[in-house]
Order: sequence, then structure tokens, then C-alpha cells
Amino acid sequence: MYDQHIIYPGSVRNTDDGAGWQLGARLPYYRGQILSAVEDIALTVDGNRVPREHVRFTVRGMTFTLDELETEYVERWEFGEVAQVTVLQPGGLPPGEHEVTAAVQLRISYLPWSPVTSCTARAAIEAAHT
Amino acid sequence: MTTSHQIKRGVSLYSYQYETFLRQMTLDDCIAHAAGLGARGIEVVSEQSFTGFPDVPEEQVAGWFASLERHGAYPQCHDMFLDVKLYKDRKLNFDEMVASLKRDLRFAKRIGCRNVRIIVNTPPEVVVACVPLAEELDVRMGIEVHSPFHFDHPWILRYTELTRATGSDHVGYVPDMGMYTKNYPPVFRDRFLRMGATPKIVEFILQAHAARVLPDYVLMDVRKMGANAVDLQMAETLRHNIWSNPRRMLEFMPWIFNIHAKFYEIDDSGREPAIPYEEIIPVLIEGGYDGHLSSEYEGQRHIEDAFEVDGREQVRRQQEMFKRLLGEV
Repeated sequence: MYDQHIIYPGSVRNTDDGAGWQLGARLPYYRGQILSAVEDIALTVDGNRVPREHVRFTVRGMTFTLDELETEYVERWEFGEVAQVTVLQPGGLPPGEHEVTAAVQLRISYLPWSPVTSCTARAAIEAAHT
Repeated sequence: MTTSHQIKRGVSLYSYQYETFLRQMTLDDCIAHAAGLGARGIEVVSEQSFTGFPDVPEEQVAGWFASLERHGAYPQCHDMFLDVKLYKDRKLNFDEMVASLKRDLRFAKRIGCRNVRIIVNTPPEVVVACVPLAEELDVRMGIEVHSPFHFDHPWILRYTELTRATGSDHVGYVPDMGMYTKNYPPVFRDRFLRMGATPKIVEFILQAHAARVLPDYVLMDVRKMGANAVDLQMAETLRHNIWSNPRRMLEFMPWIFNIHAKFYEIDDSGREPAIPYEEIIPVLIEGGYDGHLSSEYEGQRHIEDAFEVDGREQVRRQQEMFKRLLGEV
């Protein structure tokens, strides 16, 4: 559900501080979820898997590692809300065209399985302004 | 056809989820659209329409009431969820589940809903434990009888036994019309074909659905036919799209508080090709059902990969169908 809408259009970019790159991500589900239900946000760039420990998740000014999400029982990823998903990768992505995939795995209480929904987007990264 | 009935029309705002998700419709737009069709009873998936649940800020709740009043609509049902898998390593215990449902009963009261849709994974003992609060608040709890469950399924039978024993008139059912999937939904078929299903196997699955073959058997048969992953996924849908007899609702009518009028599409001829409302609505009239027919458009997820989603047009078409079948036009 909402597969092609997970990656917010035009949102893939290098972070201003040069520490990595990020994208805007929406929850692929029909209701907001408590963050502990977000089991994984698996990213690949140009076919290469991003290590889970390099991923940070930010909503409403709060930043979590994916492991920290698993024990967050109050804060939520709201329906349709654009979260920032950041990859810690010094220097960010090199300038040019990249293919980015974001796959979100959710633990839905009434389903016996944890659905995975994925989205792939092409993004042009500009050379850094120095 | 008899047209003497007390059935009311409404819309679950679930129907406009795609437009809401993309920020093309606000909560006020959704209410305005439903009310504009004369479907004034509003059902809400609260974790979709409000933020910060369960501690929804007061200004959002005030905005909800102002919007309802402005458009001549009223709150009808709050759809609750029970996050039994909140913790990764264990399920909620009984007391936690009761506390969660009580929270939802209070929230329903806060947004003016007299009905709460109880999600079907809620253990009946938890519902029973909440009866005193439901009565105190005068909020009714209706379990969602949702495919693959149906009124004669052991889980629902157990729910019926335990809740009926309370003697309370605040506990009952919210049947989801998806359990009356008489014909395999064309939007499902077409999506699986787009995804790469094998036409010969698709045809086999359609015939098996029409013949009501046990889904487990269909799965074994299509494996032997050399099914690919998409074929298997399509065969799996048979498990969750059952046909049971709508007349079975007659026995339960005094305890049916709300109807989830699920639909996958209303075609150009004004009919739902999969769910036979022309058979269902006469049963509701015969049984003296006096709650809402709450439009629940679920086709968006089956067409979004290839087509523009138009929840408003689909809801409009279903409401036109209801007016026809309810004798309003």
C-alpha cells in the first residue's frame, strides 16, 4: 500500500553538514503507527545495502536509531507524515544519478506476518556547494 | 421492493485515505464530501484522521465537531485497533489489552461516537471486561466480523457466547461486507495480471473461487501447475475473500450496530461486481436493521500502481447505489 509514495518526491539529497544523505519517507500504511512497530527501514543505493546501524529516523525533531525505534512506545509515525531518514555516510552520495530503494517493514498486530513495502526512486545529486 | 426501513447512510473516512495521505483532502474536505452525498453518519479511523492518538490535541477535536456541524453531519463510529504486538518480544497481557480498549471507549465518547468498531483480533474476554465502562459511557462495542471470519466461525462463535452471557445491549457486531465476496474482484485479478500472474492460472483461480473450492486445495493445485510467486499470492487471496450467506445476519440483527459497506469498485453500470449489494440490502431491510451503511472504499490499494485513485467518485457511486436499493430515488 502506498508503495510508490514512500519516498517523498524530490527529497533525496546530501545533508548540509556533509555527514551523509537523506530522504523524506512516508509510512506505507493506512493509519499512524507507534514507532516500536517499525521493524526495519532497509535502504539500498545503486544496489548496495546500507548498514542498518548507519540509518537514523527523525520525526518532529526527534531522532532515533532503528534499534531505538523498537523500544519507542509513545511517539508515532503519523499517517501521511514525512519523516527524515538519514544515512550516516561522510561526504554523502557522489554527484550524479542514483537509484535509491526504501523498504519499510511493519509489525501489524492483527496480521500473522510483518508486511514489507518498498519504493524505488531515481535521484540526481548535485555537486556540493563549497 | 419494500422501502419501509430505518437504514441510514454514512461514510467511513477510510474511503478517502489515499487523498488524505497525499494531503489532497483535509478532514473537513472528507466530511464535506460525505455529507454532500447525504451520507451524514461519519465513521473515522482515528489514527488516520487525527494526530497524537490517543492524546489528540483539543483543537483537533474541536475542529472535528465544528466541521461536522458546518456540513450537517454527525459522528457515528470510531474504529479502534488493539496493538497486541506493541512489544517485539511479547504480546500485551490481559490487563494491558483491557486498558487499551478502555482508552478507545473514552476516546470514542470524546469525539461523540456511540459505536466502536472492535478489531477482530481482540479477545472476547477483553471486550467482556469492558462492558461496565461501555454501559457507563453509553458507547457500544461491535466486533468487526471481517473475512476470513464470518458469523459461524469458531472465533466469532466464542465471542458470541461470552458477550451474550453478559446480557448487555452494548456489545455486538460490525459486519464487514467483504465476507460476501460472491465474485472474485476484477481489480484484484487485473492487478495480479499486471504483476506477472500466469493467465492460465489466473483463470483457474477465478473458476476455483466461483466453485468455492477450499483455498488450501487451490494452492496445492496451482503449485502443481507451476505457479510463480504472483500466482501463489493471488491464490492466497482466496483465504481472505470468502463468500458466506448474507441471510446469516438476520439472526444477529438486534446486535448489529454498524455495517462496513466494503467495496472494491463501483463500475460504470453502478454495481459492485464482487459484492452483491442488491442481495445484501434486502436482507438488512427484512431484518429491520436500523444502523448505518458506512461506505468503505478499499479499491485504492488495488489500482494505485496503474491508475489515478478517485475515492470521491467511488464513494459517490456507492451512495447512489444505496439510494437506489434503499428506495430513496
